[in-house]
Amino acid sequence: MYTFSSKLKNLSIILMALGLLGIGYGFLTAPKDIQEVEMILAAEDHGGHGEAKNDVATGGAEAHDAVDSHNEVVPASGADMAPAAEVGHNEVESHSDVAEFHAVVAGHDVAKEAAEHEEHLTHVLHQLQNKPWAAFYVACLFFLLFPLGVLAFYAIQQVAQAGWSPVLFRVMQGITAFLPYASVIFFVFLILCGLHFNHLFIWLDPEVVAHDALIATKSGYLNFPFWIARAAFFLGGWNLYRYYSAKNCLSQDESNDDSFYKKNFNISAGFLVFFIVTESIMSWDWIMSIDPHWFSTLFGWYVLSSFFVSGITVIALVSLYLKSSGYLEHVNTSHIHDLAKFMFGFSIFWTYLWFSQFMLIWYANIPEEITYFITRIEMYNLPFFGAVVMNFVFPILILINTDFKRITWILVMAGVVILAGHYIDFFNMVMPGTVGDRWFIGVSEVASVLFFLGLFIYVVFTALAKSPLLPKRNPYIEESKHFHY
Amino acid sequence: MSNKVIYAIYNDDDILMDAVRQTRAAHHHIEEVFTPFPVHGLDKAMGLAPTRLAICSFIYGCIGITFATWMMNYIMIQDWPQDIGGKPSFSYIENMPAFVPIMFEMTVFFAAHLMVITFYMRSKLWPFKQAENPDVRTTDDHFLMEVAVHNNEEELVSFFKSTGAVEVKVIEKH
Repeated sequence: MYTFSSKLKNLSIILMALGLLGIGYGFLTAPKDIQEVEMILAAEDHGGHGEAKNDVATGGAEAHDAVDSHNEVVPASGADMAPAAEVGHNEVESHSDVAEFHAVVAGHDVAKEAAEHEEHLTHVLHQLQNKPWAAFYVACLFFLLFPLGVLAFYAIQQVAQAGWSPVLFRVMQGITAFLPYASVIFFVFLILCGLHFNHLFIWLDPEVVAHDALIATKSGYLNFPFWIARAAFFLGGWNLYRYYSAKNCLSQDESNDDSFYKKNFNISAGFLVFFIVTESIMSWDWIMSIDPHWFSTLFGWYVLSSFFVSGITVIALVSLYLKSSGYLEHVNTSHIHDLAKFMFGFSIFWTYLWFSQFMLIWYANIPEEITYFITRIEMYNLPFFGAVVMNFVFPILILINTDFKRITWILVMAGVVILAGHYIDFFNMVMPGTVGDRWFIGVSEVASVLFFLGLFIYVVFTALAKSPLLPKRNPYIEESKHFHY
Repeated sequence: MSNKVIYAIYNDDDILMDAVRQTRAAHHHIEEVFTPFPVHGLDKAMGLAPTRLAICSFIYGCIGITFATWMMNYIMIQDWPQDIGGKPSFSYIENMPAFVPIMFEMTVFFAAHLMVITFYMRSKLWPFKQAENPDVRTTDDHFLMEVAVHNNEEELVSFFKSTGAVEVKVIEKH
């Protein structure tokens, strides 16, 4: 039996407390009205050129006409969309702070100018108010989905009758014990979105839908009651599987035959079918609908690959931790080696989907699709391409070596980089549609991650301490104990 | 000096593995082991050095991606930078996504084929090569261990008899 060390418990509580403080700070410092935004923008006139990037590269006033849809960005011409990234940084600086933007529209009459100015301020206000919400949302989504990835991996191991992994089943069950907690927090968050506490999902705002024909035609699918009912159904289904699967696994320990094992086999197969359907719809509902003007067919797979590899990485890290503190006597370097191979393989799978989505849209360059990547390349250049380096280049160079896959410190280092990289991946998916060019990885973002990390450690290791770390009567447990590669 | 070797023949891979371990423990030098199929762990039991073929393959892959990059940069960007359907050909990086499928395939192509050729060369395999088979049964269901004799013929024969060999032959090698 594992006992939750008091050191780790204290660490998790400190992380949660720090996180809560930071989250609260983020909400308190968000601007309340457009007067505050005006002051912020006036202060920026002397300092940075953050505002400039957006205005020039997207063709000036057009960006502001699209306030209703938050981040509708119209490319000036198709040909320069790839190099626009560099343009956004270099050539813009001489141009267009807010003051100069007004000079451009000086030809218009005064009333129109005032209205446009107000519209601009409202736009920035929404982005700044979204920031602490979006920071919380990204962390919550990430910490909800990677336990789901672990659950899917666990179900696959059961159905595939894998001979190596049964010694790790209790670790996986421990990690998925976080799923109910994350689900509740996430569901409450979605309800808050529906009650108009924030502007994360613009299609939830009836004002926006009324003036946006594109979103209006999608309102048969994108409406709050249907959306929240789907979320309840998905979260409920996943948690039901998790609950019964863990319960059957414990019952199998005390049983005289393999009936609970067979039951788990069946419900795992059923869950995998349910999972792949709900996962796809979940990605449209919770991530793609943040940019409701945009759509991509392989998006569900792309999101899946991202949280699946994160889940496997977390299994490896938790196993390494437990192993190093003297538990898991039957887990040897061959088990760890297998997990590392999965980390390696699925990192490449993620890159394959990332690139397939990007390259297809880049190549065809259809205006209604390409805006998604233009906003990201222009405003999120470093996180957008940095995620590829962290999730692909780094793991492929480190984990390609067979000997490295057995060395603890190398795996921990690679695992941390992969997890950070996939957090940034989710950051890239959510932030451009919610805060636009107002993004920053600051107090709100870090604090949200710390809070969920603390809660995760607390819940997972409490759950691990509740049942023995080695399943007793699993039909494959002997093979797994002697697994050797 | 005569060039005598012992052929100890076994009909079970487990007995062969035990015999290999005993032979190494008795410090007899194993020249070669012939088996009809890969015996898991035999290389470790014989103390053979691990293969470096994977390292070769990695280097070949690097050569492949370099070649693909150089080729397309020269053709598409340097030599004749045409406007083809509005694709930007001002620099390599601007049009890189379009080149990635070729870069990937070239990497795999070089890594795979050059590694296979390396394997053939290192293993001395080619179409009209004379087969080096000491006993035809070793391609079917027998295992053969070859050990050099240094004036200790009787000792070796009785040693291999005791390791479970179904047949022990002393052969003059040319």
